[in-house]
Amino acid sequence: MKNILIIARKEIQEGLRNRWVVAVTLLLASLALTLSFLGSAPTGNVGAGRLDIVIVSLSSLTIFLVPLIALLLAHDAIVGEMERGTLLLLLSYPVGRKQVVLGKFLGHTLILSVATFVGYGAAGAALVVAGTAVDPESWIAFASMIGSSILLGTVFIAIGYLVSASVTQRSTAGGMALGIWLFFVIIYDMGLLGALVSTKGEGFSPGLLSALLMGNPTDAYRLLNLGSQTAGSVSAIAGVAANSMLTPGLLVTSLMLWVAIPLLLAMLRFSWREL
Amino acid sequence: MTSTICLKNVSKLYKDVHAIEDISFSLGEGELVALVGHNGAGKTTLIKAILGLIRPTGGTVRVLGEDPVFGNLSVRKDVGYLPESVPFHLALTGREILSFYARLKRVPMNDWQDLFDLVGLAKSAADRPVRTYSKGMRQRLGLAQALLGEPRLLLLDEPTSGLDPALRRSFYDLILQFKRKGTTVLLSSHALSELEERAERVIIVNRGRKIADGSLDELRRIACLPTHIRFKPSANAAVETWSRGSVKWLQRTDQFLEADIDHREKIAVISAVTSDPDALTSMTIIEPTLDDVYAHFLQGQGRKP
Repeated sequence: MKNILIIARKEIQEGLRNRWVVAVTLLLASLALTLSFLGSAPTGNVGAGRLDIVIVSLSSLTIFLVPLIALLLAHDAIVGEMERGTLLLLLSYPVGRKQVVLGKFLGHTLILSVATFVGYGAAGAALVVAGTAVDPESWIAFASMIGSSILLGTVFIAIGYLVSASVTQRSTAGGMALGIWLFFVIIYDMGLLGALVSTKGEGFSPGLLSALLMGNPTDAYRLLNLGSQTAGSVSAIAGVAANSMLTPGLLVTSLMLWVAIPLLLAMLRFSWREL
Repeated sequence: MTSTICLKNVSKLYKDVHAIEDISFSLGEGELVALVGHNGAGKTTLIKAILGLIRPTGGTVRVLGEDPVFGNLSVRKDVGYLPESVPFHLALTGREILSFYARLKRVPMNDWQDLFDLVGLAKSAADRPVRTYSKGMRQRLGLAQALLGEPRLLLLDEPTSGLDPALRRSFYDLILQFKRKGTTVLLSSHALSELEERAERVIIVNRGRKIADGSLDELRRIACLPTHIRFKPSANAAVETWSRGSVKWLQRTDQFLEADIDHREKIAVISAVTSDPDALTSMTIIEPTLDDVYAHFLQGQGRKP
């Protein structure tokens, strides 16, 4: 356990030193602030609270941005150190390989969590400073949006590690990471939407649709934030959500599985690799 | 006494290429052993097998009594390793890096701060990012991390490549200090001349096989390489007296007489030549160097199918 913390600490130290943490936080904060102040312009006055609009626009942003940032952080984690040779030295120390993966994972997750929390939190704080009245229910939705954004990022860190532990070259890992991002963020949904439209929505039983939505972590995230309550009224996803049988608990569980399974596979692959 | 490292018939097969094949040796406490071979002869593979970074396809490896791949990880606390090119996390400072590795080995703070002095890294350098370090400084930092926690086994892969002669000397002085305290040192290199007086034992590997193992003297004897003797007769000595003997002396333009003598006749020839000290003005005896011994063993290997 102590080794995991030592490695996580070094990972964070490096993240701070090479400005990763600062850059990601600033990027997320600036986008979040822009959205929270311009956010109401396109929707006009729709009766929904301003924070709800911010939640909708921020979670749409998250779906594109957070997986990309997570994959950028993670795809290099193992294969990069392998290529530079630092891993050779690290593994000559009394550290288990699983500890190396878990330590790095913990470090990267913390980096992403802090960046997301501070970045998005800035948008919430700005609304308060600007004197916007927000009801407590929206705050809860906002908090769960931040939480699930972090969870989504964690999913893609885990996937990035699996890629990183499986390939022999950094460039391959980079290419695969990009491919995975495109697949989950764009291609999967386009395919699903296409299939839904071409079958006029009748080709899918609610069970199959639910499974398909949980088969993509970004969809699970989308449903979690856009499919519920007030936020749902300003997004179009509520209709889809009603058709499936996915409760928030189920969605969170599916996201957790999306973290655990790739991470376990990454550890297994790495344990069995030769350097 | 259990040996620090014990290899029995270790082989490593990559696809159909033997990186190392049927290598056996064991190293005891306080031995300084040079692992000599071409690039690609299997030196690094051997070190990786000892570190447990690769799984041998045959044979057994024991390091401090443990299997390095599946055995207890904690023996690695007593192993120091310096890889061929020292890779570090460039954004961090020397002190941060050393403290990271010290924590992994559970070496207390007070013990590792002294290592900067020991390897000769200035206090000011310790707090600069490693990115700004010269090759020599990185190598010193690399050695410092290998020396963390008074290791019982030091594995040094080409430790002096790219270092200037003064640095090499201080490098070896430091390693010898640890050796005297009982640390086993396995050092791979192809800079043979610098190992000459330092290594007590030499293991030569070629194409993944061990082709020689022994002290330099033993290897010289096995190799049967001639000793080169050269001397200058004094002005009043009669050169003819030497040319009558069994040894064929060649006269050089600078008045020196020279010959290559079989090592079995070496002592007899020297005593014959020096029987009359007044007849000589100077004399040089050149033993075959490690380079010669190495070349000899490689040639022998080449002839065999």
